[in-house]
Amino acid sequence: MTQSASPQATNGKPGPMLAADGTPLKRSLARALRRQKMRALLLIAPLLLFVLITFIAPIADMLFRSVENQIVEETLPETVPLLQQWDHDASELPPEPVWTAFYIDLVLAEERKLHTRLGSRLNYEMTGLSSLFRRTGRAVGRFDTDTYTDQFTALDPTWEDAATWVAMFEDDTIREALPLTARTWDRWADYLVTDKNDNPAEEDVEDFLFTALYTDLTRDGVSVTGTTPRLQQAAGAVGDFETVSIMAQFEDADDDWVNPEVMRTIQTYSPPYTSGYFLNAVDMQLTPDGVEAREENQRIYGLLFKRTIFMSLTITLSCILLGYPVAWILANLPMRTSNLLMILVLLPFWTSLLVRTSAWKVMLQQQGVINDVLVWLGLVNDADRLVMINNQFGTIVAMTHILLPFMILPMYSVMQTIPPSYLRAAKSLGATNWTAFWRVYFPQSVPGIGAGSILVFILSIGYYITPEIVGGTTGTFISNRIAYHISSSLNWGLGAALGAILLAVVLLLYWAYDKIVGIDNVKLG
Amino acid sequence: MKMTTAILASTALVALGGAASAQDMANDMTLVSWGGAYQASQQKAYVEPYLEMHSEVSSTWDESSNEAVAKLRAMNEAGNITWDLVDVVASDAIRLCDEGLAMEIDADEMLAAGDDGSSAEDDFGDLLVSDCFIPQIVYSTTFGYRTDMVPDGQDAPDEICDVFDLETYPGKRALEKRPINNMEWALLCDGVAKDEVYDVLATAEGQEQALAKLDTIKDSVVWWSAGADTPQLLADGEVFMGSTYNGRLFSVIEEQDQPVAMMWDAQVFDLDGWIIPAGLPEDRLARVMDFVKFATDTQRLADQAKYISYGPARASSAPLVGQHADLGIEMAPHMPTDPNNAKNTFLYNYEFWADYRDDIDAKFQAWLAK
Repeated sequence: MTQSASPQATNGKPGPMLAADGTPLKRSLARALRRQKMRALLLIAPLLLFVLITFIAPIADMLFRSVENQIVEETLPETVPLLQQWDHDASELPPEPVWTAFYIDLVLAEERKLHTRLGSRLNYEMTGLSSLFRRTGRAVGRFDTDTYTDQFTALDPTWEDAATWVAMFEDDTIREALPLTARTWDRWADYLVTDKNDNPAEEDVEDFLFTALYTDLTRDGVSVTGTTPRLQQAAGAVGDFETVSIMAQFEDADDDWVNPEVMRTIQTYSPPYTSGYFLNAVDMQLTPDGVEAREENQRIYGLLFKRTIFMSLTITLSCILLGYPVAWILANLPMRTSNLLMILVLLPFWTSLLVRTSAWKVMLQQQGVINDVLVWLGLVNDADRLVMINNQFGTIVAMTHILLPFMILPMYSVMQTIPPSYLRAAKSLGATNWTAFWRVYFPQSVPGIGAGSILVFILSIGYYITPEIVGGTTGTFISNRIAYHISSSLNWGLGAALGAILLAVVLLLYWAYDKIVGIDNVKLG
Repeated sequence: MKMTTAILASTALVALGGAASAQDMANDMTLVSWGGAYQASQQKAYVEPYLEMHSEVSSTWDESSNEAVAKLRAMNEAGNITWDLVDVVASDAIRLCDEGLAMEIDADEMLAAGDDGSSAEDDFGDLLVSDCFIPQIVYSTTFGYRTDMVPDGQDAPDEICDVFDLETYPGKRALEKRPINNMEWALLCDGVAKDEVYDVLATAEGQEQALAKLDTIKDSVVWWSAGADTPQLLADGEVFMGSTYNGRLFSVIEEQDQPVAMMWDAQVFDLDGWIIPAGLPEDRLARVMDFVKFATDTQRLADQAKYISYGPARASSAPLVGQHADLGIEMAPHMPTDPNNAKNTFLYNYEFWADYRDDIDAKFQAWLAK
């Protein structure tokens, strides 16, 4: 169809417009444009890559941690699938196979020193698991599972020989017949080779391998026909073996394992992704019985989010109130004077944040400059000096001072572009001073207020060091908790979830601002 | 031709091998510590002497101990460990060990035996609280108070419960903005026997009880988060009494001559020491092992007490503690472990707080914010 149509087009109608080299103009234009775009892209590529690699990627990686929970599955690969099948509503302990799998996982995790890490992770969800894992890690190598080892080696002493095992798992029929043992052996051999640089064929065969073998051989429908006589002999004999309850071994190691909550917590947190951190970040928790609100005496994040937003708005507002007149004066004074005054605005801006915050401490504390002056003037009794720091007031004062330049500078540059003749024109048309300001001058300065407000609000919502130093208990922000979780409690998942929520709140407010005021209506000059 | 190449190659190999054995230790060390007077004491007591003995070695300090756990974890994830030896408090050492970020230490094999002939393990004794931890000093968190603010006609406060007694001792108190220590002191002053404190604190009711006791002084508390805060608050007269590390109080009292005195009662012992990051390359590890063996021997730990009032972690160092290097005063009476000061003490319960830290901290912060 197309083939027959195209000659018609060239012959019948006038053809498409051609460029000098004979290609259709449209295509040639598109190509030129594309080349231009590519060139532009190449020019910004260094910055783009820089931002992507050093800014976007780390933030994305950090935020990803707020849902990531692979540690449980990776540390307990045998236990997790079995736990997920375990009846969720049962208030009793999981069945023996779960404990066997858990024992194997735990021995291997202990060898790799991963069990304590898992314990710390799960301790965020259930208090006490950290030490439970640490204590059990010490005991797990001494479980009475050598009963199985002894019985197998009594049947055939070559069981004790690691070479037997190496040979056994080169045979695919055996691997299929003994899946648990094969997987366990692979993990063990992998650990020996990669972590210890040892040859698996030269190491002792550990008890947990015999436990796995026993578990496989006693499984329903196991078939070892066509394998080695040694294995067939063992398969025939395991029915009469003396057994060990692994669950009882765990109970011996620590009573806490008998508490069904422990295993149910592991079960609840076994999927590779979890909503647990986000629920924690909004004062809820993921329990084996579903999502619950946290106890009253543990709720804090909702309050902190509200406080952070309220205080940031207050700070933004006080910056507007204090900054507007200053910006107006700067914009309306002769250049030389205004430059001089501008230095006064910029000077604190160039001073270290810590110095300025500490200076406010000296000013505001009870034995500080302001209180001393008030007492000296007799306005305040020496016994009840004003409390102006280590509370919300102190944080608002210090942060308003610190962020003021971010408000004044955009306001000033916008106000500079407003011709003074407009005000004079308004007045000459009969407007009062107030009307002239409010109806003519102020609307033109709004883009500066908008730009300054966005700057100040977004900076203050993530502020950390000033509230930490002067905030006391009522003036701290959500960022102080985020910092605590990142650097002290090491609960990076929760820190990331709090950070993600904060980011979402900022974007939401930005969007609301765009809807109400319009983001086009923001000018930095 | 081939022959000569082979000979040349083998001599080169031998030469290389010889060179390698002579300097299979790296010559740069990055040590991480807390900055300030404490780091200075380490510098003078063992880094400088070590560098004098080994002129080829250079060392740099990174003052990051405060966030060492988080940074080490990040370094480990990035696969680029730039630190060789990190000074941390014992609870952090335990966490680093749990996370697999610190190397396990065999004290007898890797550390120097005591000067008195005891093995390293016996010499450090109970202070080896984690498999990865090499203790340096014992410090304590205790109270200091302004002597000029003691109400007329009252004795100076000398027991922990005076902190909770606003009637006899009105005035502000500085407490650390975390549950650890404060909860124990609160229970102790609410009638709980010392050996039952942690059993009580493990229960929800016990935690409520401790917070209720703290509630009685909440309005008079200034909460601190940096070790320098309380000394500053005391020096300014902002608070009447406050908890902080005993070394900080020592410098306020002896070096800055402020009207402040120590309370010592119910001081809580804690440990500070080294950990070696896991996964160091062999040459750097060899250098660090060599340094740490020197830096934690009996004499070096005793020397450190010349510069700061923290007790050496080795039993064998105690008799060697002498005078302050600048002030010339006897240091032994200023040690938290001195029998006169250690009449009533607590040892930071590492296992308890590793378990309960997150839980109790959530409650404590919610209570603070109320």
